[in-house]
Amino acid sequence: MSVDSELGVDPKHGIHLLRQMLRVRRFEEKCVELYSAEKIRGFLHVYIGEEAVATGVLEALDREDSVVTTYREHGHALLRGVSAEKVMAEMYGKVDGCSRGRGGSMHLFDKATRFFGGNAIVGGGIPLAIGVALADKLRGDNHVTACFFGDGAVAEGEFHESINLAALWKLPVLFCCENNLYAMGTAIERAQSQTDLALKAASYGVPSWPVDGMDVVAVENAARRAVEAIKAGGGPYFLELRTYRFRAHSMFDPELYRDKVEVKEWMKRDPITVFTERLRGAEAISHDDLTALEREAADEVARAVAFAEASTDEPVEQLTRFVYSEANVS
Amino acid sequence: MKTTYREAMRAAIRDAMQRDDRVFVMGEDVGRYGGCYAVTMGLLKEFGPERIRDTPLSESAFVGAGIGAALNGMRPIVEVMTVNFSLLALDQIMNNAATLLHMSGGQFNVPVVIRMTTGAGRQVAAQHSHSLEGWYAHIPGIRIVTPATLEDARGMLWTALVDPDPVLIFENGTLYNTSGELADDAGPVDIDHARVRRDGHDVSLITYGGTLPATMRAAEELAADGLEAEVVDLRTLRPLDEETFLASVRKTHHAVVIDEGWRSGGISGEISARIAENALYDLDAPVVRVCGAEVPIPYPRHLEQAAIPNTSRIVAAARELVGVHA
Repeated sequence: MSVDSELGVDPKHGIHLLRQMLRVRRFEEKCVELYSAEKIRGFLHVYIGEEAVATGVLEALDREDSVVTTYREHGHALLRGVSAEKVMAEMYGKVDGCSRGRGGSMHLFDKATRFFGGNAIVGGGIPLAIGVALADKLRGDNHVTACFFGDGAVAEGEFHESINLAALWKLPVLFCCENNLYAMGTAIERAQSQTDLALKAASYGVPSWPVDGMDVVAVENAARRAVEAIKAGGGPYFLELRTYRFRAHSMFDPELYRDKVEVKEWMKRDPITVFTERLRGAEAISHDDLTALEREAADEVARAVAFAEASTDEPVEQLTRFVYSEANVS
Repeated sequence: MKTTYREAMRAAIRDAMQRDDRVFVMGEDVGRYGGCYAVTMGLLKEFGPERIRDTPLSESAFVGAGIGAALNGMRPIVEVMTVNFSLLALDQIMNNAATLLHMSGGQFNVPVVIRMTTGAGRQVAAQHSHSLEGWYAHIPGIRIVTPATLEDARGMLWTALVDPDPVLIFENGTLYNTSGELADDAGPVDIDHARVRRDGHDVSLITYGGTLPATMRAAEELAADGLEAEVVDLRTLRPLDEETFLASVRKTHHAVVIDEGWRSGGISGEISARIAENALYDLDAPVVRVCGAEVPIPYPRHLEQAAIPNTSRIVAAARELVGVHA
């Protein structure tokens, strides 16, 4: 891959990164709309503003690697290769959803892409990720488990227990802390005695560093460096991906806890508009290219909505399925 | 051969480790120390530190890691020192192990086995002595087994490991030193059914786990009075095999439920309700319960013993129920 020195990335790959971020952004915008239209119910947490994080990190993974994530995970699922149709049908609670509609927005799962779920207990997915990585290590499989969680999770005991265990056992885990500065409505300085989260992680003997989470290229480079080191047997790595959520925490959040000026300031660093300008500045993308990317993203969303609309409800007689396994799979 | 409950459990772990490379043990002090209750003594030397893994004191992380490893193809046996400590991992057990299969629409089953010690009787006071297996039995998605005999201590583990879903094994601490004869070829046993441990036709004594020995002794005492008690060992608290205890109640027309757990909101209430729902008109008298007293388990021996079911309380309850007064 030829890296354009001004752009910091191969132009073709740059367009790919932009496409990925746009797919997530347009999908999430549609979700907000469908929530207002009462097609999607429950809690809905969108990733708008944070797209560069999952886009950059997931570029660094192979198919055999694993992903464990949070309840703000629609983007991660799409980027990992779960179809927009299946994700949207899940939001609709339909049987064709990636979790047969039983999980909803917060619990997207997909075995085929080793997507071990959206976990809606803050910090609750981290021990699972340790275990997924332990299984790989015990089998001698050289894979990485990427574990996404927010800054809020760093206050949870499960984070500290898990990173300690991962470091102690040199497990192949990439800890991806999506630091968007707020644990729901609680600002990081009101929740963390040490707000430098990379420093905190480093105290466990885990190589850790902060990354500009609004810069997709910086994220991808950091993730590739970490994944390479992990696969070389370096044990776990921790990335503090500094980002910002442009929308409310969930659709119920009136955003009383943060200043609109602060939000506006961060929006100037929108990972999509900034990167688009960067590509244009390097003459790596044309107006027509951009139009095409937008059309692709819009088409994908339209297909997803049509699929979800056409999908059926699971028959209520099947309510108690999947509490226990139906076939002996061991 | 002569053996103990502890040795039978260890033999079960060794057998599982030999049968299946995917099986490994992890927990606090399971390796060098040999296990808090010495169940895993010697296994580190036999299988090495990769498969007999000492963990830091971090129940949530290592129980969760067991769940994660199970999701990714392994067959972990996670040991939690006592049931009270398992509360530190309750998030992982309840929110992950029990829900992942369902939330994922059937994609991700969790073949993990979590073993822990339960129960009172050893003067270790209110943070090491509770009987919360009935609590856990409230949760759909997990299986709760309570081996009370040498055969079950030897045989339930392998069946639990073969089960595609999470199984919690509750080992009552008073049982570890129980000794007796176990067949040389003892092996896996089913974990689906309750078992009648003693036939009788006058009263059904329904229990499980740590109170089975006291209940068996109670049945012997009752026999001396001419009362033939049938003892039902539930063995598995979820899913509950109601057919076995309902059949017994339909035969004896009297039911005493014995549970070391607290009466209020406990598994004894569930069993009583099922009897009421399904066999009310077979009863000659209301169901009677002999349960743990509604206190945190106290340290002094006399108070602790007063807080848990014992043979004389079971005998007295059964006599009163069937109208025989000594």
